[in-house]
Formats: sequence, C-alpha cells, structure tokens
Amino acid sequence: MASLKKVMEDEIACKEWFLPGNACCAGCGLEVALRWAMKALGPEVAMVTPASCLNVVIGLWPKTAPDFPQFNMAFAAGAAVATGFDAAFKAKAHKFPGKGWDKMTSICFAGDGGTTDIGIQGLSGAAERNSDIIYVCYDNEAYMNTGIQRSSSTPHGAVTTTTTFGKERYKKNLPAIMRAHDIPYVATCSISEPLDIYEKFKKAKSIRGTKYIHILAPCAPGWGFPSEDTIEIARMAVKTGFWILYEVENGVLTLSKKSKTLLDPSKRVPIIEYVANQKRFAGISEKTLIELQEQIDQDWENISKEIFCQQEYSK
Amino acid sequence: MIKPELKDFLQSEETKIIKGNVAAAYAAKSARVQVISAYPITPQTTVVEKLSEFVDGGLMPGTQYIKVESEHSVLASLVGASMAGTRTFTATSGQGLFYMYEMVHWTAGVRLPIVMAIASRGPAPPWNIWADFTDVISCRDTGWMSAFCANHQEIYDEILMSYKVCEDYDVLLPKFVAYGGFILSHTSKPVIIEDQDKVDNFLPPLPDEKGWPHIWIDPNRPLMHGNLIMPSGFYSEFRMIIHDALIKSQEKIKAVAKEFEKTFGRSYGNGLIQEYKMDDADVAMLNYGDLALQMEEAVDAVRDEGYKVGMVKLRHFRPFPVKDIVEISKKVKVLGVMDRATAFGSQTGGPVSSEVKTALHGTKGTAMVFPMINGIGGREVTLEQQKEQLKILIKINETGELPEDLLYGTLWHGKLEVD
Repeated sequence: MASLKKVMEDEIACKEWFLPGNACCAGCGLEVALRWAMKALGPEVAMVTPASCLNVVIGLWPKTAPDFPQFNMAFAAGAAVATGFDAAFKAKAHKFPGKGWDKMTSICFAGDGGTTDIGIQGLSGAAERNSDIIYVCYDNEAYMNTGIQRSSSTPHGAVTTTTTFGKERYKKNLPAIMRAHDIPYVATCSISEPLDIYEKFKKAKSIRGTKYIHILAPCAPGWGFPSEDTIEIARMAVKTGFWILYEVENGVLTLSKKSKTLLDPSKRVPIIEYVANQKRFAGISEKTLIELQEQIDQDWENISKEIFCQQEYSK
Repeated sequence: MIKPELKDFLQSEETKIIKGNVAAAYAAKSARVQVISAYPITPQTTVVEKLSEFVDGGLMPGTQYIKVESEHSVLASLVGASMAGTRTFTATSGQGLFYMYEMVHWTAGVRLPIVMAIASRGPAPPWNIWADFTDVISCRDTGWMSAFCANHQEIYDEILMSYKVCEDYDVLLPKFVAYGGFILSHTSKPVIIEDQDKVDNFLPPLPDEKGWPHIWIDPNRPLMHGNLIMPSGFYSEFRMIIHDALIKSQEKIKAVAKEFEKTFGRSYGNGLIQEYKMDDADVAMLNYGDLALQMEEAVDAVRDEGYKVGMVKLRHFRPFPVKDIVEISKKVKVLGVMDRATAFGSQTGGPVSSEVKTALHGTKGTAMVFPMINGIGGREVTLEQQKEQLKILIKINETGELPEDLLYGTLWHGKLEVD
C-alpha cells in the first residue's frame, strides 16, 4: 500500500479537488471516497454522476464543489455517458493530436442503486465492450438520497424504509459480477483505508479498458450511527470480513493488506461487533445474525479456495 | 422512355441507387460526424450496418462508433460525446425511440446539436414495424426539432441541413429526421451524394478544441452541469429560453433551405412547408412524409378531372410553422389534414390536425379544417385512395356536408370493413 509520505510527495494529491463547503451530511462516507479518488486521478477527468446523493452534495445550483469537469446525469445513463466522453476524447485526440486529449480519464461515479439496480445494464454493456472508463460504485447500501429505501446492495437483515423488518435477501455481489465480464481491473475499497483508495485509483488510471472500483461508504443517517463514527464503522466492516478488500488484475485476485490476515477465520471480528453499533440492525434476530455470519464465512471460504488454487497452479 | 435529364442524373458519378437508410448513413459520412452510437432496431438497421462498413473500412477516419447495449445508452453516450464537443449521429425507430425517451428530454435540456435519423414505425402492441409517425410525434414536447422526409434524396439533404440548423449558436437544439419505415428505409432510389468539399463548405466547421459555446469538457475550464436547482432558481427561465430558441429556429430552417437550394440546386419550399399547385386551389390537403410525395400525383389526376385542388407538404412538425399554415389556409376554403399518426383521446383529429386547428384558432378568412387519418402501422395508401381523399374535400366544399362515419370528427380513411 502507498505510504502517506509517498502521497505527500504527490503535488496533485496534496490539493483538494472536491472542495469544502459542499452539501454533504456530517460524517458522509461518500465525501471521503470522492476526495481520495480525485487525489489519485487529478483534474484531467470528465466525471459523470447518475442520480444519487452526489447530485446533491456537490452543491445546489449555482454552488459547486468539484474543481474538475463534473456532469449530473439520469439514473441509468452513467456508464454510457462515460463511454461517450471517452469516444469524444478519442475523436478529439485524432483531430487535435498532441493536445493531451488522449490523457483524459472518463469516470462514472455512481451510488449503489445507480450501479447494482437501474444502471447495471449500461454498466454491463460498457464492461462487455471494454470501454476505456473507470466506473466507481460508492456503496452506502440503500437509496439514501430518496430516503433510505432498499437496493440490491442492502445487506441481509438491514432495516430500510421499504424493508420494515429487515431485508430478507442478501447483498448483491457486484464486484463478482464485474469480474465475470473479464475486464482488466476490479477492486474493492473502504473509506477507512484512504491510502488503499489512492493506490487503486492510481493503478486504474494507468490501465486501458474498463476498470470497476466498488467503495464501501457508510451513511450516518441511513445506517443510524453517530456521524463521528463513519470511519470506525467502515473499518469494522473490513475487520469483521463483511467487506473484503481485494483487487483483480486480469483475472488474478489479490487480497489487499487489511483483508489479507483475515484468511485465518480466528482473526475476523465477529459480525455482531459490526451490526451492534448501527440502528438499521437494531432489531436483528439471532437467526439473521447467524445467517449473516455464515454468509461472510462462505465468502471467505470461496476466496481461500481461489487463492489456494492460484498458489497450487503457480507451483 | 427515360427523360434526357433523368439519364444524365442516373449516369452522373455522384448518383447512387441506394436505400433510404443508406442515404442517411451517407449523410452522416458527408457531415463528417465524429461519434456514432447505435443499437439495431427494425427498420433502422441498415443505417447502422452501412455506418459500420464506413468506419471499419477506414472511410471515416477518426470517427468513433460505439455499439451499445440499448437505445437508452445510445442517446446517453451521445450526450456525453456531444457535451465534450463533437458532432454526433444516431438512428432508431419506434420502440427504440420510446426507450430513449428520458435521454430525449435530457439532450434538449443540455442544448446539444445531436441529429437522429428515425425510420418511423408504429408503436406496439401488437408488434408493428411499418411506417407510422407516432414515434417521432410523441416526442413533441421534448425540445427537439423534427422533420419529415418524402423521398430518399430528402433524407440525405435534410440530415445535412439539420446539422447546419442545430449547430447554429442561436438554435443549439437536437433534431429528428424522420422517414417512413420500409417505404423509404428499405426501397432503393437514385440519390446524389454530394462532393465532400461542397458539403464541407456548406456545413459549419466541426467544433474546435474548445467545444460548443455553452458546454465543454476541459480541465482548464472546469464546468459543472445539471446541478439540482430550487424552484426559485432559473429553471423556469432556462425552459423559456429553450422554447424561444425552438420557435425562432423557423427562421434558421428557412435560411438554410434557401442556402441549400443555392448550393446544391434542390428546393424544399421554404424549408418548413412545400406547396404544390396551391395558387388557384379551392381545396387542399396538408400531408407529410412519403404520402405527400405520392399525393402530388393524385393532385395532378384530380386536376385533370377539372377540380382545383392543391397540396401542402409539411416538412417540420417542430418548430410548427404557424405563420405559414395560417397563410396557406387563407388560400383555400377547405383544408384537409392527413395524419399518419395517432393521438389517442384527441377530439381535434391526429396530432398534426390538432396543431393546425390550434394555429388557426381565432384567425379570420382561413379554411375549414377537416382532420383525416390514414396509413397507420404501414397500411398501404394507394393513389386511388388519395384521389378519393381529395374528392372528399371537394364534396365538403361543394355541399358543406361532412362525410358520415367520422370518429369524433375525424375520418379514418381506408379502414377495413368489419361486420
């Protein structure tokens, strides 16, 4: 992982590209995700934001917080618009060679609803074409902008305004779906690990083709925890193994530093430590809690098997 | 026997015998479009196939062709590409246009000069893939301009004219160029493909590095677009400006049609409407699309029988040429309006009839408007039927009596007999 010293030497990273005075709630996880993504990418980007919290937190017209080209867009259109940016930059690079148009990064920064639900068709299309874009899902696990309704990314057991007694189904594993598209880069991040975010976006920027980065971004009002605890909640999601940090380059999975040790089940903090501090899990039954833990253990079992196979194969 | 001038035309180097869809593809090539995004749908498919041939064959150097997974993504990707300052093109039909609808509004909201060919088809259910302009007409209130083409050459010509109109800094709005599915899209006719230098001189230059005057993507001039705006903000005023630009585009369309005629020698009336034998007409039919072209023959035939009939070809549905419609309505006593589109629930006829009635409301000395509908879902409309349609107008003029069997004041002509 990148060291803080290395990041401090990066002039672009030392600057803020998502400016203070924006309209984020106190303790917004999304803000951390966007700030650190932009520190790695710098301003030579064209960012599209399909309907999500980000449309609002950037500031109500005429105020605006991003210090880089940023465009609001309809819910299902994110990946396609980013593809359009990229096509235009390629056309401009042809017409105006040597002017830096080939260095532009096209990026879609979408929420979990815009990614795992309404936007999945466009995203799947872009990935199948291997469009030269970075697609980011900042995942706060429900439709927070419209008032905490369940999405396919809402975890099992979580109460939302449309899952009154907790969600029966499990969280859709979108990074796995994106892996199945055989794209050059898939990564997961947590806002508790900003240096990891920095490093992964640096890498994504250097790769041609579709890059998918999924960032867990806790939401204080939506999940029901004090706003000063956002980072701690995100950290606990990693420590329990509920949220696994990894990257997949050309099909090969590597666990990231904070998750690597959790291959050993005894190193994982029990899930109850994670759910106990969130109101959305306040009424969770023992049965659901066990199911959640079983799901986590199963996910890790799968990853362990994959890593074991990799090691066997490389022998 | 082939007329000598037709012989010259057919043998000239730039004349190709091509399908209407292929003419649309050639127009995009002549306009040097930089980004194409498309998804196949009958009867538009040969447009995107031909463009694929052009791009893959290296005939459109630098042009990016995005083959997306749905029509929603077609227009979304073009919105992205156009915002970044490139000339863009796509084509679709019926259901495809309906699936794009959200982005149709968005495109006009960003004031992007995107041109879209529409091989029009009837809306499902039941499945229908044949000529019917309900698709393009149902985008009436989106802020797009919309043109109808009557023949193959007009498809090519109208797409070129459209880029010139759309990219005008006083207009900056997108445009549909619609033509009947299969009737024009899949039949072959001679089409003149103009010399590239001539087209380059006619069209505005491609956007420079800075892009459009109102929107761009440039890290040195970071711009944000589309933030949430409170009702007390300028939302209402932005909408007023779009409305104003769309109505004022009439003048630009007229000017471009004039310049087109001067440059290429083909006339499309004043750009908004085209009159046929209207000077001494007692009654006339307003028609659009390929049926307008066929009706010229019907007008001639009925005139041979001694009746003074005329025809007006409507070239644009948006902007709707209110002034011109009022003027032509003063020339005749009865004006039939023939729609090849439906407007469910309307009691003023089809969509164009309703517009004409609205345009004439409160005017003095204008014709009585008689709404008619034909050719829905690609139903064939023969020359004989069109002669009959004109004779219905003559009878109304002579007797003052309307035909029987109207459906809420509208005559659905050529319908099947049902027991």
